[in-house]
Amino acid sequence: MEINTKKYTYAFLITAVIFTTAIFISNYFSQQKMNEIKNIESRIAVDILASETQFSLISELSCKEISSSVLSKELSSLGDKLSYTEQNRGSDDLEVLNLKKYYSLLQIKDFLLMQKIKERCGGKTLSLMYFYSNLNNDCTDCEKEGFVLTKLRQDYPELRVYSFDYNLDLSALQTLISIYNIADKQPTLLISDNVYYGFKSIDEIKDVIPALKEIDKQKAKTEADALKAKPASSTKSN
Amino acid sequence: MHLISEVINYIFLFIALYVEVFFLITYFEIREKEGKIKPLTNQNFPNTYKWPSVSVIVPVWNEETTVLKTIFSLLKMNYPKDKLSIFIVDDGSTDNTWKVVQRFAKNKQIRLFTKANGGKHTAVNYALEFVNSDLVGCLDADSFVHPEALKRIAAKFEDPDMMAVTPSIVLFEPRGILGYIQKTEYIFGIFLRKVFSHLNALYVTPGPLSIFRRSVFDKIGNYRHAYLTEDMEIAMRMQKNKMKIGNVSNAFIYTVAPTTLRALIKQRLRWVYGFIKNTIDYRDMFFRPQYGNLGMVVLPAASFSLVSTMYFFGASIVSWINTTILKIKEISTVGFSWQKLNFEFFYINTDVIVFVSIIAVLGTLFIIVTSRGLAEEKYKFGIDSLLFLLFYTIIAPLWMSRAIFNVIFAKKTKWR
Repeated sequence: MEINTKKYTYAFLITAVIFTTAIFISNYFSQQKMNEIKNIESRIAVDILASETQFSLISELSCKEISSSVLSKELSSLGDKLSYTEQNRGSDDLEVLNLKKYYSLLQIKDFLLMQKIKERCGGKTLSLMYFYSNLNNDCTDCEKEGFVLTKLRQDYPELRVYSFDYNLDLSALQTLISIYNIADKQPTLLISDNVYYGFKSIDEIKDVIPALKEIDKQKAKTEADALKAKPASSTKSN
Repeated sequence: MHLISEVINYIFLFIALYVEVFFLITYFEIREKEGKIKPLTNQNFPNTYKWPSVSVIVPVWNEETTVLKTIFSLLKMNYPKDKLSIFIVDDGSTDNTWKVVQRFAKNKQIRLFTKANGGKHTAVNYALEFVNSDLVGCLDADSFVHPEALKRIAAKFEDPDMMAVTPSIVLFEPRGILGYIQKTEYIFGIFLRKVFSHLNALYVTPGPLSIFRRSVFDKIGNYRHAYLTEDMEIAMRMQKNKMKIGNVSNAFIYTVAPTTLRALIKQRLRWVYGFIKNTIDYRDMFFRPQYGNLGMVVLPAASFSLVSTMYFFGASIVSWINTTILKIKEISTVGFSWQKLNFEFFYINTDVIVFVSIIAVLGTLFIIVTSRGLAEEKYKFGIDSLLFLLFYTIIAPLWMSRAIFNVIFAKKTKWR
């Protein structure tokens, strides 16, 4: 029985071309996504710098003019994108690692800016720091804590969650860790200068940040008012 | 672990794509060849053409409801009556089959036999002893024949090297989701059989009306038990003996499909189990250039499709379980909440696997559309094609896994 080796080779070449094209296309999109992260990071950097500058400029003026809106809103969506990329490309990917370092720096800067505003103008800040570890799956509760913080961020968009990979090789981060004396026990939460080790549920976090409970109350009140207003308007129309 | 599974994914995808590309190139070769040479059909045979004598053996076992329809369809075939004999072999039926077929007792074209039950291959072998025609075929009693099918097949024996010819099998009045999925599967088979025939690599001569030269059985012996897939074993034995097997894609045979999942699994379990066991028996044909495309591509590809389907099915089950566990953990931690679907480009999967799969699916779509043309279907795409694409890879592992299990743990399969 005859074998057409030419056909075997052509089929191989066509398959190889399809495969290589697929690899190129995939790499292209993957690079686009990395660029998007980089763009967001540089936008945030500009935002923070702008806020800092604005803050210095208006330091003599009233605190009223500094609203939290000057703080970058994109930090949390950047965090989501970064963790998605980390999942897909692996946490040991060099490019991912660099973006993560930059992200951590931006978070620290954002945190410092918030602290400054708080110092000068007072008021309560709605923020917490979260230290996790994805080293050899040694933090079993980090996954659960992640769910809690995602949920909190969903329910309270005003809450700023800064998350840090405890083992990230970044001097600024390591300085932050040593300032607050944070031990190598994850998950760790840093809320208003207090360090909490181990898994903390939504309610436990709310106990530590009473402002969240106030928001709950406010929401409940607005809902109740809306409910009251509804039957009233419907009876009117009848 | 992650890296290993990724490498396996890529290797499997590459092989699957290679096989698909190879078959598609072959199909385009056929198209080019058919464009140049007008194939011999019954239409361009003169009235004086000397048609070969044909015997069709119908082995029956408890088929009182379908056997009449099968016989009538044979009698209605457009083939010279003096050249066509029908052998009905009752393989020890326990219902009224023998009584039902008595109405043909006086028909000169039909011969009736009855014997103690011994399995399909024994029934066919029993009748083979009485056959002295040029060609002989077998028709399962759950199948019906297109009136022109036999002439189209017989014409193919103009080629003196042609030792057996297979038809195209389509489903008779498919019903329900399972019926529709099988409809496309059978139509898909038409394409594959055409391609395999061109590659001289057909390894099954299906029960419904495959026709052989009588001499085949004299040379290589009769049917064997062959794990209840005697139609595969005989074809492989022929291939091993370098006997040519052809196909006529417009010789349609209609067959009845199992309507329940249970019956379907049972039928497929027998097929896949038989495929694995026969392949093991004929393993020395693998990657041997002397067995041509059959040994180099078709048999390895058929075995590979079994392994890869099981692998990808297993992988998706594992990933599904992991996702479920994660979701359960999330719900137990923070309660249930609807997650907003994020359609942002960033979250669209752009892995290599996605693009290769898109190409592979497009190739499959092309095959489906082409096959429907070959099957003379009215529309190029139907709801059955969609159901096939969506569900086939989910239900096929049901019988594949059972068959593999049975082979490993030496469990035998049953006919019904």
